[in-house]
Amino acid sequence: MLETLRANLLSPIPLAFALGVLTRVLRSEFVLPKDLYTSISIYLLFALGLKGGAELAHASIAAVAAPAGVTILLGILTPLSAYAVMRWVGRFSTADSAGMAAHYGSVSAVTFIAAQQFTVRVGHPSEGYMPTLLTLLESPGIHVALLLGALQRDAAHDQGIRALRGVLHEVFTGRTMILLVGGLCVGYLMGESGWTAVAPFFDAPFKGALMLFLLEMGIVAGARLGDLRKVGPFLIAYGIVVPLIHGTLGAVLGHLAGLSVGGATVLGSMAASASYIAAPPAVRLTLPEANPTLSLTAALAITFPFNLLFGIPFYYRIALAMS
Amino acid sequence: MQTHPLTVVTVIAEPVLEHRLTSELRALGATGFTVVEGHGEGSQGRHAGEIPGENVRIETIVTDAVADRIVTRFAEAYFDDFAMVVYTTRAHVVRGAKYVGT
Repeated sequence: MLETLRANLLSPIPLAFALGVLTRVLRSEFVLPKDLYTSISIYLLFALGLKGGAELAHASIAAVAAPAGVTILLGILTPLSAYAVMRWVGRFSTADSAGMAAHYGSVSAVTFIAAQQFTVRVGHPSEGYMPTLLTLLESPGIHVALLLGALQRDAAHDQGIRALRGVLHEVFTGRTMILLVGGLCVGYLMGESGWTAVAPFFDAPFKGALMLFLLEMGIVAGARLGDLRKVGPFLIAYGIVVPLIHGTLGAVLGHLAGLSVGGATVLGSMAASASYIAAPPAVRLTLPEANPTLSLTAALAITFPFNLLFGIPFYYRIALAMS
Repeated sequence: MQTHPLTVVTVIAEPVLEHRLTSELRALGATGFTVVEGHGEGSQGRHAGEIPGENVRIETIVTDAVADRIVTRFAEAYFDDFAMVVYTTRAHVVRGAKYVGT
């Protein structure tokens, strides 16, 4: 385990992230220009979709069916457990618990990519169709959690439900979903030959672009370190324990559904991750009384670095032990 | 030069609210608006999104009656839960008839 951890810590993604955090700790003014950050995220998501789609063209429906089934199951289970721990162990309000559940029920695409890269490095590459599973896990968690919030609230009158419908439409048609699902379809249709033609742009520079993105993620997470004092010890523990539970569940279910060691590792990492791009605006609009500092700090400053540095190798170990 | 006395309503809000607010402005009788992105900090310090500290400033030129409706509606619907600033200023607008609506 120690050897895996060391190899992981000294790989490009955690190092770029650490540099980003360090710039914040040093109180440097440096940030990536917002448009570049947005452009890189578009590039990464579209590349991920295209490659996944081209690989999906090789996979049989039978092979994908069981992993897809457990992914949707995870999308329903993880927001419920995230809600339960917040509400009944942490004794937070309904809105705060549902807000947190939307973040932890959804998925972080960057954590997914990091896990995918990790499995390649340790010699157990995950299945090529994994980005398909990523799209399946993106929105159910947010839907379940926001619905939970709306149903539990006293103010769940007609207007609230109408607003919820609008926001859920936005989640479905957000940047991540359009680029990932659109990329998957385009990749699937253009197949291997189409992918080979665009690979010099979408494949070779991918890891370099990812490093730049992680640098900015480190800066954003670093800026939230000060909020750790505000959120208190319960949420810090929450940001570590909940991913461990979800990650273990994901790796075990992935294994049972027939995924390889790499595939189960990536599914575990997906289940363990918390969304910080799709979930925050959706929660802000539907559950405005939920405090965004709680969920964003837990997702970005605790869970994201935890998974990047320790979580992914841990889920890999679980997947390896079962094989 | 002929001008019309009208009211400029300025709303500074979290970017996540932009589309909701602009469609409310239309529904409340504004004939148009301008949105500018910026950044800053307020007393609530609560923002959602991957980059903290961002704001949008939405400006619309309207009649006094519409300005009243906008201010009342926004105060009622958003002040409790969102970081938001709303203020009005008097303006003398060239081609003011454009803003009166039908």
